Amino acid sequence: MSELKVKPLKPRDQPAGQATAAAGVAETESTETVNPEELREEHAQRQQHQHQQIEELDQETLQKILYQMVLIRRFEEKAAEAYTLGKIGGFCHLYIGQEAVAVGALSAIRDDDYVMTSYRDHGHALARGTSADEVMAELYGKAGGCSAGKGGSMHLFDRDAHFLGGHGIVGGQIPLATGVAFAAKYKGTGQVSLVFFGEAAVNQGALHESFNMAQLWKLPCVYFCENNQYGMGTSLARAMSLQDVSQKAHAYGMASEFVDGMDVLAVREATARAVARARDESLPTLIEVRTYRVMGHSMPDPGNYRTRAEIEKHQERDPVKLFSDSLKHKGVMDDAAIKELEDRVRAEVEHSIKFAEESPLPAPEELYTNVYANPPRGYGQ
Amino acid sequence: MQRDENVFLLGEEVAAYQGAYKVSKGLLEEFGEKRVIDSPITELGFAGLGVGAAMVGLRPVIEFMTFNFSILATDQIVNSAAKMLYMSGGQFKIPIVFRGPNGSAYQVSSQHSQALESWYAHFPGLKVVMPSTAADAKGLLKSAIRDDDPVIFMEQERMYGMKGEVPDDPDFTIPLGVADIKREGKDATIVARSLTVPLALKAAEELEKEGVSVEVVDPRTIRPLDIDTIIRSVQKTNRVVIVEESHAFCGVGAEISAQIMERAFDYLDAPVKRISSADAPMPYAKNLEQLALPDVAKIVAAVREVLYL
Ligand SMILES: Cc1ncc(C[n+]2csc(CCOP(=O)(O)OP(=O)(O)O)c2C)c(N)n1
Ligand SMILES: [Mg+2]
Repeated sequence: MSELKVKPLKPRDQPAGQATAAAGVAETESTETVNPEELREEHAQRQQHQHQQIEELDQETLQKILYQMVLIRRFEEKAAEAYTLGKIGGFCHLYIGQEAVAVGALSAIRDDDYVMTSYRDHGHALARGTSADEVMAELYGKAGGCSAGKGGSMHLFDRDAHFLGGHGIVGGQIPLATGVAFAAKYKGTGQVSLVFFGEAAVNQGALHESFNMAQLWKLPCVYFCENNQYGMGTSLARAMSLQDVSQKAHAYGMASEFVDGMDVLAVREATARAVARARDESLPTLIEVRTYRVMGHSMPDPGNYRTRAEIEKHQERDPVKLFSDSLKHKGVMDDAAIKELEDRVRAEVEHSIKFAEESPLPAPEELYTNVYANPPRGYGQ
Repeated sequence: MQRDENVFLLGEEVAAYQGAYKVSKGLLEEFGEKRVIDSPITELGFAGLGVGAAMVGLRPVIEFMTFNFSILATDQIVNSAAKMLYMSGGQFKIPIVFRGPNGSAYQVSSQHSQALESWYAHFPGLKVVMPSTAADAKGLLKSAIRDDDPVIFMEQERMYGMKGEVPDDPDFTIPLGVADIKREGKDATIVARSLTVPLALKAAEELEKEGVSVEVVDPRTIRPLDIDTIIRSVQKTNRVVIVEESHAFCGVGAEISAQIMERAFDYLDAPVKRISSADAPMPYAKNLEQLALPDVAKIVAAVREVLYL
């Protein structure tokens, strides 16, 4: 199985955190040791990789990937704004900085494959093709939302898009997705189940139980650990004894890869390999995607437990900018084309706000619908 | 399983071993390894696997070796199965059955003798079934499997040895949410479920010798609860004893009692009386175990009490 391991670009960062749990984003240097030389080298490698990859892909695919990443970025910025205005309630976890993960992975699968994720789910829904209108309306708690206003930000669902939801219990979606893979194998459909979760979910028993079953029963499931280095305010270093997440698969004899989550095409490539393994050999894979959560854990969280330097360091490696620069460099898109794409995205996001504003509230009687598929006589009266 | 390819049975020891209590005897032979699956001991994992499979069209029957172990899986039952249809705005139904023995067994002490129906009955989105006869078990299990919602199907270990007539008709089913009057009477009503139904029937026989006519109502499903049948019986007898194997505190008996109070207060000639398990973990010692559980003598005494005899 060792040939499946892709060597990390460099030994992974040990997240800061331990020493920086003070209030207020510290202006001081992070405890993290940032070697600018090494960083520049890594950045260059990443760019080079994208440049090579771009040559192998058609224009349409490349532009769609950029479009989706920009859409998620702008959508999340707009959602943050709407949240601040009190239009969106509850928990609202943004995906800014992680766009390359969902977009890269979902660009490599079939329409009839299944996708499931955690409460940080806006990006996956959008990348799966759920309209920005329906996602925004769901955040607004409106009847036109993709979950009819009953799920909210954390529970986006879209059956037609084979998007099986955002799930709110850390790690809870992992056994579910394993069951989806079980069903695909049972029915012999050749479908693959993809599931995304944060690195904090790796400490849950649900993950380990699922890995065991998936490898034991050879289920076509791809497990994506979006290692954004924080579970709420707790850095990976403070929560996990063995921090090399991709290694956890070894305990189950499962294939695993480590991939750079700032490089959308690297994520796409790794996903394609894992999906092929699932589809052709009916075997699961764990992919650890190193990424970074630019925002706080959820909207009200200012992220005070990190240094400004740490955040800025990661923003320098912004996946959206990296990819659009690469497309420009390779002549796939020029400034005008990118501006045009940005304009289209902006219009789509603006439209989603309008749609959400205008969408009606769920009718009061909806309180008691969808509790049961076969409601007992007199239920809800 | 004969009727629907999408139904499969998964749990610990269900296949090669034929079930820890031999409930799945012969199923592996008839349906093969694809549909009768031995699981590792991984309750949270396989409960969640079942719910996920149900999301995309299968109809899993997930066996817990006993419901005590379902406690490890409550996250997937309560947070996933019970909520999925709702929070997806009606897009993902979960046609799944979680089944296994619930309640007391024979001297297995505290961790293996719990009646957990009130836990699951608490949640809208779940259905909870507790048969008390072989025929009910057959008819209700088929309905549970055909139902499009998650059903908690609670059997009873002490009842696995009981024999009863079972209709042969392949189309025989019993709808969920319909109580059964196991014995008609006019002086007092006993509401019993699962193992306490045969106990209540024995108590009724004894009381008959004293000229007391007892009606025994078995709701058969706790959720949905056929409260109408219970209320009709109360309106007839005006006196109620509720018998259950679970603890009384926040139990199903408390719920039934509250509903009787809300709907038939004026019909009651005595306060509702509950016979439940002792408010203590189950002890191992045989004498203490007997003390902890409802029995015929306790039921007889309770009926006399509500009759002021
Ligand atoms: C079982 C459970 N425990 C605690 C929480 C509260 N909680 C929500 S998100 C979160 C952190 C999870 O971090 P991670 O898995 O890394 O995902 P990320 O938020 O970084 O995407 C916690 C503790 C929860 N939702 N579920
Ligand atoms: Mg995280």
